[in-house]
Amino acid sequence: MSELARSARVVRALGARSIRQTFRRPQLISPIVVFPTLLLAVQTGGAGAGIELPGFPPVQSFLQFMLAGSMMQSMMLAGNSGGIAFAVDIEMGFTDRLFAAPIPRFAIVLGRLAGTAALGLFASVWFLAIGLIFGAEIAGGVPGALLAIALTTAAALAVGGIGAAIALRSGSASVVQGLFPLVLVVLFLSSAFFPQELMIEPAKTIAEYNPLSFIVEGVREPIISGIDAAHTLEAVAAILGIVVLGLVLSSRALRHRLRVG
Amino acid sequence: MEAAAVTEAAKAPSPAAWRTNLATIAALVARAKNELVRVPGAAIPGVLAPTIFFLGLNGVFGGLIHLSGFDTDSYESFIVPVSMLQGAGFTGAAAGVNLARDYEQGWVDRLLVSPAPRWVLLTGNVLAAGLRAFVPATFVLAIAFLIGARWPGLDGLVVCYLMVAAMAAVAACWGSMLALHYKSQSAAPLMQAGMMGLVLLTPAYAPLELLQPWLEKVAEVNPVTHVLEAARQGFVGSVTWSDTWPGLTALAGLLLVLAPLALREMRRTNV
Repeated sequence: MSELARSARVVRALGARSIRQTFRRPQLISPIVVFPTLLLAVQTGGAGAGIELPGFPPVQSFLQFMLAGSMMQSMMLAGNSGGIAFAVDIEMGFTDRLFAAPIPRFAIVLGRLAGTAALGLFASVWFLAIGLIFGAEIAGGVPGALLAIALTTAAALAVGGIGAAIALRSGSASVVQGLFPLVLVVLFLSSAFFPQELMIEPAKTIAEYNPLSFIVEGVREPIISGIDAAHTLEAVAAILGIVVLGLVLSSRALRHRLRVG
Repeated sequence: MEAAAVTEAAKAPSPAAWRTNLATIAALVARAKNELVRVPGAAIPGVLAPTIFFLGLNGVFGGLIHLSGFDTDSYESFIVPVSMLQGAGFTGAAAGVNLARDYEQGWVDRLLVSPAPRWVLLTGNVLAAGLRAFVPATFVLAIAFLIGARWPGLDGLVVCYLMVAAMAAVAACWGSMLALHYKSQSAAPLMQAGMMGLVLLTPAYAPLELLQPWLEKVAEVNPVTHVLEAARQGFVGSVTWSDTWPGLTALAGLLLVLAPLALREMRRTNV
């Protein structure tokens, strides 16, 4: 078996383990599914009249507008949950056993990220399904839905890299769990839940430069009006930026973990 | 022998038994207070979450006040009671999580073999949550005043804090019931989601008439709508008895349902 095939097997096995782990622990799955679904329902029902405000982009319904925001929320929390589970593995000594095994170190991190990406994929399919069940239309049709799913999955992988880096650096589940409020801050300071032009200052200005806003718009556009190259490219660029940041932080943190044990 | 005598004393409705029970409740409340003082970091998530929600919702949905039918021109005033009640919900749910942790670590076992009646143990936990809810509520309120929320008047403030404390007690009953039923901290998401749903399935983001029809119907039958409207009245208008008593009745009703259920779980524990 070639080195690459062996690494791919390790990544697949660790990825499948992290998915099983998430679905078995209510503390890990509920932030990804339960809370974003609850917030989607509440915000759609509570702030749905907002589409009547002058300046609100033309949408079929507020639910259609909100789907991308919920997918982003779920994706961000999947990254955070993945980081928590990785830190628990470090605390329990499971990662040390993996480090001692004859497998490439990057495959250990990539396995965790594959699991996080799979959860991102699950979240995007979940929210698109909810949207369709409750009457939202996907303006971009099947290609639009596939693009939204692909961008959310890639974003989950990117955000998961940062979660994994923090887990490797700190080796503490409570430190990674402590980032949960930060996830909420990043979400609220983006255009995930409302059009950036209608937000109030200083959230409006911060949202304009928040990389998450670019990803949200890239996911939202195929849902509310159809595939748009400019929005898609901006989203891809933002995701690549986060991927690079995650890679740099993860490789540094991995070196640190191997040094301190 | 001595323990049996104390048990009898606790069961009997004598002044001595009441003094013993009150002393036990005070000790349990003091333990919760000590936890807050000695591990202040543990309170941070409970304070941060409603504060972030408050600032986030205000920044994101603040433009909703331009909709016709919105009865205030200050969204921060409109939304701050929601975040205070959310903080109460989180605090109450945390009381449940702490009880599950205490069970896992064997502390509840020691309490259960003590001569204290079960209702005393539950009251201590619930009362502590009611008092602890003042911490996130005060923090959120201070931030709200800083960014321009309206002063609700002394009467509005008193009514709001009363609703917050009682809501935390309701949430603590809910959390304790689940903690003693599942006997695991894994039930934490259920405790938190239940309270989050109860607080947010109300006219939290907009007045009742501006909600989507399905949420309007849910909010109309959700008792916490009355609690929220009672807590909110001083921030968006004046305090009246007609807006206060439905909130008090709703909280009394919730406590009448959830406290016996929590007590039932406590009586079933380790039997």
